[in-house]
Amino acid sequence: MRPPILSVENLSVHFRVDISDRLFRHDYRTVRAVDRVGFELTAGETLGIVGESGCGKSTLARAILGLVKPTSGRVCWLGENLSVMDEAQLRDKRRQLQMIFQDPFGSLDPRMTVGQIVGEPLKNFYPSMSRIQVSERVSGMLKMVGLSPELINRYPHEFSGGQAQRIGIARALVINPRLVVCDEPVSALDVSVQAQIINLLKDLQKKLQLSLIFIAHDLSVVRHVSDRVLVMYLGRIMEIAERERIYATPAHPYTRALIDSVPIPDPETERRRTRRSLGGEPPSPTSPPSGCVFRTRCPFAIERCAQVEPPLEELADGNRVACIRHAEIASLIAESGSGQ
Amino acid sequence: MALLEVRDLTVSFNTPDGVVHAVNGLNFDLEPGQTLGIVGESGSGKTQTALAMMGLLAENGRASGSVKFRGQQLLGMSRAELTRVRGSKISMIFQDPVSSLNPYLSIGEQLTEVLTHHRDLKRREARARATEMLNLVGISDASQRMRQFPHQLSGGMCQRVMIAMGLLCQPDLLIADEPTTALDVTVQSQINLLMRELSEQSSTAILLITHDLGVVAGLCDRVLVMYAGETMELSPASALFASPRHPYTRGLLRSVPRLDRDKSGILRAIPGNPPDLVNLPQGCPFRDRCEFAFNACSEHPELVETVTGRFKRCHLDALPDEETST
Repeated sequence: MRPPILSVENLSVHFRVDISDRLFRHDYRTVRAVDRVGFELTAGETLGIVGESGCGKSTLARAILGLVKPTSGRVCWLGENLSVMDEAQLRDKRRQLQMIFQDPFGSLDPRMTVGQIVGEPLKNFYPSMSRIQVSERVSGMLKMVGLSPELINRYPHEFSGGQAQRIGIARALVINPRLVVCDEPVSALDVSVQAQIINLLKDLQKKLQLSLIFIAHDLSVVRHVSDRVLVMYLGRIMEIAERERIYATPAHPYTRALIDSVPIPDPETERRRTRRSLGGEPPSPTSPPSGCVFRTRCPFAIERCAQVEPPLEELADGNRVACIRHAEIASLIAESGSGQ
Repeated sequence: MALLEVRDLTVSFNTPDGVVHAVNGLNFDLEPGQTLGIVGESGSGKTQTALAMMGLLAENGRASGSVKFRGQQLLGMSRAELTRVRGSKISMIFQDPVSSLNPYLSIGEQLTEVLTHHRDLKRREARARATEMLNLVGISDASQRMRQFPHQLSGGMCQRVMIAMGLLCQPDLLIADEPTTALDVTVQSQINLLMRELSEQSSTAILLITHDLGVVAGLCDRVLVMYAGETMELSPASALFASPRHPYTRGLLRSVPRLDRDKSGILRAIPGNPPDLVNLPQGCPFRDRCEFAFNACSEHPELVETVTGRFKRCHLDALPDEETST
């Protein structure tokens, strides 16, 4: 296996939140938004990160790029520890690490033209580049993301959501980064346009040999783009596995529940399906359950789950899962014969 | 007689950029107890259809045509008359449950208000009914929840409260506008299951507005596919998903990544973007994005019934077979 370009080691990001609920009673609690998360990413690989809102996936993305300081643990980029770098050093690293955001309009300055938006990273990182070089590079980039270079003098409001997201992608890629973190890049888009953007990202990744971290709540989208998938719940990794394996035979009960919850656009399948719908909702991150954080919603939880915190255990196939009963559950499910 | 009869419904908005044609001559019926899904992308006019029916259009909006509910014309109804129908015979739930509830009032007050206003119940009776309804929509500790305020409840919980509120007066029609879009997948599947159970057990008809074809598949008897304010296809759900007749419907179905299919290759996206609603193109609104567009498409196609119950707005006699099955 190739050496990783990015390794996240035991990373935690904690926030102190005010939970004072009366006028004179002040109280704080710690939210473990990301709790001891570790994984590696190799060059050209796409890692999908899924989980429900509040599971810490966006905080993890921000911590990887150094946009929030980790409480403990580290993020290593090509062997260098980003977590101890100051702003100036981080800025230099961001030439290789870029981000694409969820809201295509919110992340574009409405007073800048497309040319200025896409050209800005070049000006920042390559101040010696001539204006002609910049505009050539910008035009080339626009073409690459499927926009006509003639649009260079237009403003963001003149574009549709899908086109605006293409501009955001062009801006991220114009300085040839090696890793792009995409935080819900298609969830604000309509299905027909969403498919265009997914195809574009996959295509560009192949062409430019990019590594991608693709964060989404939509499991079917993640399956389409990822080589490996990481499932988070309340700040922790529940499971991290190869794409085919995780969708065919999810090892963690939470992964299974997530997959079972996705509606399928086919009335026959959809109505026949006896859905093991999860009860309840994720508990508050300010007071996570003891032991396994998922146990309060887990259909397989036993007493021991409340007592021991499940380690992220490496399985025979190299995938990892944090569940003390995963082997038992696998055989239970194999017996009942419902392998969906 | 149909419960709801929509004829030639047209909604437009006066804006500084010109007149936005949001809904352009929509026709459909809804029978008692049935579930109709309106599917479309943003800007297709699905939400404005519902708002127009309920008399909730923005100030610059104008609706014309006819919307008959049990034979009674809803368009142009006075505010007082509308208030009697809304919340009592027709109720609506919205996409964002948290902002649809009043933050200053407890859940209990908001629920009992519906009954004291529309059904002249005494507060005690109303509270009992409301608590019962909260239990029915799967809220535990209902009597305790009645005392809580919206900010103390999660999004999924708020949507359950909204559904309970919508069903309190046992309306004939429930309009649900993207009821699960703002919720997490696991909670979404709970709410979908709840909606399905309610539609099977009660005689309330449901008009479900959504962009999610998966949600429609699980819940709806019939599906209306909207594009640029018009019906592209209207069909029983099972037939629509099995063999879509309109190129746009098929395009939509193909562009959704699916967990139940083994492929993970290139998705078949629909090229281009939806048309500008200020300057609608002549002819078929989908023609610029349609792979089968031909000369006739510059004429506006009529909505025609191809088989009993199946309508499409397309000049093609039949949709060419898929070259390779996905």
